[in-house]
Amino acid sequence: MFLVKNGLVVDPVQGINAKRDILIKDGLIAAVEVNIAVSGDMQVYDAAGKIVTPGLVDMHVHLREPGLEAKETIASGTRAAALGGFTSVACMPNTKPVLDSKAMLETVKAVAAREGVVNVFPIGAITKGSAGLELAEIGDMALNGAVAISDDGKPVGNAEMMRLALEYAKMFNLPVIAHCEESSLSADGVMHFGPISSELGLRGIPAAAEEIMVARDIILAEAAGSPVHIAHVSTKGSLELIRAAKARGIKVTCEVTPHHLSLSDAAVRGYSTATKVNPPLRPMQDVMALRAALAEGIIDCIATDHAPHTSEEKAVEFNYAPFGLVGLETAVPLILALVRSGELELSRAVEAMSYNPARILGIGRGSLAVGMVADLSVLDPDLRLTLTEQDLASQGKNSPFLGVELQGFAVLTLVNGKIVMQDRKLAVS
Amino acid sequence: MKWTRKDLLGLQDLSSDEINLILDQTAPMKDIIQRDIKKVPTLRGKSVINLFYEPSTRTRTSFELAGKYLSADTSSLAVSTSSVVKGESLIDTGKTIDVMGADIVVIRHQASGAPLLLSQNIKASVVNAGDGFHEHPTQGLLDMFTIREKKGTIQGLTVTILGDVLHSRVARSNIWGLTKLGAKVRVAGPSTLMPPGLAEMGVEVFNRIEDAVAGADVVNVLRIQLERQQKGLFPTLREYARLFGLNQARLALAQPDALVLHPGPMNRGVEISPEVADGPQSVITEQVTNGVAVRMAVLYLMAGGGLVDVPR
Repeated sequence: MFLVKNGLVVDPVQGINAKRDILIKDGLIAAVEVNIAVSGDMQVYDAAGKIVTPGLVDMHVHLREPGLEAKETIASGTRAAALGGFTSVACMPNTKPVLDSKAMLETVKAVAAREGVVNVFPIGAITKGSAGLELAEIGDMALNGAVAISDDGKPVGNAEMMRLALEYAKMFNLPVIAHCEESSLSADGVMHFGPISSELGLRGIPAAAEEIMVARDIILAEAAGSPVHIAHVSTKGSLELIRAAKARGIKVTCEVTPHHLSLSDAAVRGYSTATKVNPPLRPMQDVMALRAALAEGIIDCIATDHAPHTSEEKAVEFNYAPFGLVGLETAVPLILALVRSGELELSRAVEAMSYNPARILGIGRGSLAVGMVADLSVLDPDLRLTLTEQDLASQGKNSPFLGVELQGFAVLTLVNGKIVMQDRKLAVS
Repeated sequence: MKWTRKDLLGLQDLSSDEINLILDQTAPMKDIIQRDIKKVPTLRGKSVINLFYEPSTRTRTSFELAGKYLSADTSSLAVSTSSVVKGESLIDTGKTIDVMGADIVVIRHQASGAPLLLSQNIKASVVNAGDGFHEHPTQGLLDMFTIREKKGTIQGLTVTILGDVLHSRVARSNIWGLTKLGAKVRVAGPSTLMPPGLAEMGVEVFNRIEDAVAGADVVNVLRIQLERQQKGLFPTLREYARLFGLNQARLALAQPDALVLHPGPMNRGVEISPEVADGPQSVITEQVTNGVAVRMAVLYLMAGGGLVDVPR
């Protein structure tokens, strides 16, 4: 038995935001009480001064395996997750080949079972090869472990194809995750289109490139009566569309990344390729709108869009670098910074990082209620660290947050009742 | 004042004093070019490598001659003949040149920010000879030198930049440099070729050329890349010339003694009419001479030229 004692337990599902002890037995939550007496057969973790949350869930991660193992593997990516306090990750299908069939999902599940250290939930492709031309075997994937479908990394450009996907996935209760980007507008853009792209002489991606597709997918979801989840929302205009859709009762949910909540397009000054992401970093007024919408609940989830690349790929001219940054190991401090500044309630942050993504994906996680699987994270809100490349468990070192002091890190990660990370050290071989 | 920077990447970061230092140093360099024996030993034993990732004849030649007139050892690497075609990264190429003993690397690159990336990875000084749509500092400096030489000062002048500002590094370097030296800068062209945020850069934006040219002391006409029309940014070259080209009638709206500049190469009859290009107000050929002089001044200062006096 494992006892997590004296921590501030935050479990929005149960409405708990208070000091509690949590007893874990046989990989399940056995008790949540104000005071659980220590007995000889218990391993005790003193969480005094720390925050105890349901195991964090990241519904948008690129694990890169199979095919792109130079960037990341399931082994390294799940270690990064454990170090970041995440107990479950949903991995995007833009691997080589694309996860667009039962066989590919089986491969990922097998490698994850053998080499992964946190739960891995694969997301299947919407279309074969994510080429946008024919539906993938969505039903077969739904029956074999896919928790959602997405062609993330690129949009489903053809509206009829998206409509069909929404209609078809509805039969299997499978959420469709939309990467919203109108390619004719984003074209050769490498950062947000605005005064700073003008200053830097870089081609811009206008906010409209995202918003047009958000609008399209909301309209298609409404017509189909199917749920749609908008990935990595980044603009104020997208939020207004989502807010209005939710008010009309359309089944739309969305996520935001910690980096879009933390950095504006001004961070691109200096041409650091670690700031090259898609959707691009947006102006401060968008950042502030994202923070407000997250606090308000218009944004359902925080998801990192963890996108590792090799150093060689990123050590090039800004125009030539691939999009993406690694987020698993810096998400907690970036979000706790918003809690400290008073812009986000802690319980809301926890809900957006655990229960909400778990609910959307239907993975039966995201709470510390008695009987739940014992996925649990302990966060030390006072721990200050300045991360370097060597500190990251991810193979990808493409983070704009290295060398900057951050505060508030995961210090214990339990998956299925087992310790996978303690005191910033991985507890796995 | 002394030059203290390792690199010259753009005019945005320079102070007005630094810009004036380069401009002041340009005049004696121009004297050298006009002598019979156009050579001084100032940079003897220094090596200057021109690393050109984009085709360019005039800027490359201008830098080569600038280096030679100062007795530097210059060589040029063009993209097609270098290892770049084999896929070597900019950083690796730069490091190779660095260990060969280069003192100054002059880089022209189609990607904005490439000179900065190079400068962060090599010991040699880096001079930006044009990066993407970002900056072309020596062009900005030669334009300013030309204006200052003719007008005596830049402070208080109204300078109008015409054309494709969106894709123009020349426009950006002009805007930063001229505003730092106290000029009023106007820009005009089709709205599809105006980038956002120009007001934040301290310039006034016009869509009607006539309004932008009215009362101007200087009109700097940008080259229009013909491929912009193919991408649909404006309907036809004919319409561009009619609505946005600088012709005699439009120039007549400027000050009577207004200067006409163009960074070259020109599309005569498109962005500038031949009468204007060859007319009495044009200083386009002098810009070319001044370009060599400005680059001599830049190379001289970058090579650590402590002595401001150039041997006569």
